[in-house]
Amino acid sequence: MSSLLVENPGWMTTVQDLGRPGFGALGVSPSGAADPVALRLGNLLVGNESGAAALEMTLVGGRYLFPEGGIIALAGADFGAKLNGQPIEMWIPHAVRPGGTLELGLTRAGARCYLCIAGGIYADEFLGSSSTHLLSGLGGFAGRALRKGDALQFGAPEQRTRRRRISAQVLETLKPGKCLRVTRGPQADWFSEATVRAFYEGTFRVSEDSDRLGLRLEGASLALKLPREMISEGVSLGAVQVTPSGQPIVLFVEQQTAGGYPKIANVIGADLHCIGQLRPRDEITFTHVSLEEARTLWIAQQRLLNSGEELFA
Amino acid sequence: MEFRAASDQAMLVYLGEEIGLESHRRVFQLLRLLQEEPPAWVRNLQPAYCSLLVTFDSCAVDHQEVEASLRRYEERAEKMALPQPRVVEIPVCYGGEFGPDLDEVAAAHNLPVSRVIELHLSRSYRAYFLGFAPGFAYLGDLAAEIATPRLATPRKKVAAGSVGIAGTQTAVYPFATPGGWRLIGRTPLELFCKERQPMGLIAVGDEVRFRAITRKEFAAWPPQ
Repeated sequence: MSSLLVENPGWMTTVQDLGRPGFGALGVSPSGAADPVALRLGNLLVGNESGAAALEMTLVGGRYLFPEGGIIALAGADFGAKLNGQPIEMWIPHAVRPGGTLELGLTRAGARCYLCIAGGIYADEFLGSSSTHLLSGLGGFAGRALRKGDALQFGAPEQRTRRRRISAQVLETLKPGKCLRVTRGPQADWFSEATVRAFYEGTFRVSEDSDRLGLRLEGASLALKLPREMISEGVSLGAVQVTPSGQPIVLFVEQQTAGGYPKIANVIGADLHCIGQLRPRDEITFTHVSLEEARTLWIAQQRLLNSGEELFA
Repeated sequence: MEFRAASDQAMLVYLGEEIGLESHRRVFQLLRLLQEEPPAWVRNLQPAYCSLLVTFDSCAVDHQEVEASLRRYEERAEKMALPQPRVVEIPVCYGGEFGPDLDEVAAAHNLPVSRVIELHLSRSYRAYFLGFAPGFAYLGDLAAEIATPRLATPRKKVAAGSVGIAGTQTAVYPFATPGGWRLIGRTPLELFCKERQPMGLIAVGDEVRFRAITRKEFAAWPPQ
């Protein structure tokens, strides 16, 4: 067992894996990595199971010390990482010598960078997952974001890590975009045609007031045809709900599991990881696709992520 | 049963049109049946007042197949016998710092504070479903005389154990979270604990009763 010391936790760094789906009846949302595609690829680079626990850094990276060394890979957004003062590449494994320091700065593009470590990070399990659920303070490292002085443990590498990178073509295919593809929401017909048009033709700005629970958007006001009270119902990941103020909120990984706002659209499964790379003030648009297209895109994405050797250059 | 796609990987199944025990029974029956005999493609089940959100593995099935499959469960779900509701008693210390909105609720309805407490204690409530946060149960129905809308601006932090009311619902906040319900008291019980089995104090379908305790009892909880 080796350790990782947090010298500076950045802006908000948490332990995340692929989350804990399946506990909606207990009121528990899945949580998990905001960009699960990056997490999976990062883990594969260091020879881990694709869903091993890693550090999710948000907007600002921080500084981490490896007293016993380790094998690491960085995936997701580029935070300008330096290992012992030397810039290092993303999407390829690096050996850290005992006493080595990894330092990451401000994001250059995107919102989240994943630090995956061979052997995986040990953290508190809650309902079968190590992901941190900040709202309830459960899972991950003490149920909270990391602080200066925290010491995390990670396991021994499962296999010898091969120094190979994720292929440029794969990264291009999976590159998170700012045009989110959506299917119709369950209350799409509560909005007038003009409003629906404004939603698809307009540009929305991600508000500063966005987090892992949801992204608040600023843009065209989306009014209902008629004022109407809704009975609260289960809400799915990526649902675009519209509050009485007319501004949409995209529900995200730590979302509340039920809600009473009408939903105009829902981000498709294959684009959920794009939400995790959106920064405050980013401008985004929405494009409609059919359920069938969304399913085809999802199946293709899962096939690619499970293709093993084909992912590497 | 009415179906509506919620997302490319989720289907909403509507089993009623109004909040009440009849819709709740149908939701609970289908939930129980799907929990007991889960189809391999089910990823999550989220019950609510009149609906069940079914999230599925879209690599395995599409919406048509989900609908066809759930229709085959419908008839059996309706015949499913539900267990007698489990009774959960929750001790509450009303008012003061524990219930900062109690006076306002009383004033809004032109009732003495003692009457608001009495009405909150006067009935047992059904746990319609859990949502918002782990262990947060939507309990109904509150006596109409004290039904009060949510706060216009939610609090940034509500203490764990706070008992709130919103519309004709009441609930206990399991964790210190933001919250817009009007707070009338607090329980010393832990609503959700991951080291306990079951983790949640209240489950879907439970019957919940409140019992008034004094500040002294609250401070010395649990009683010897």
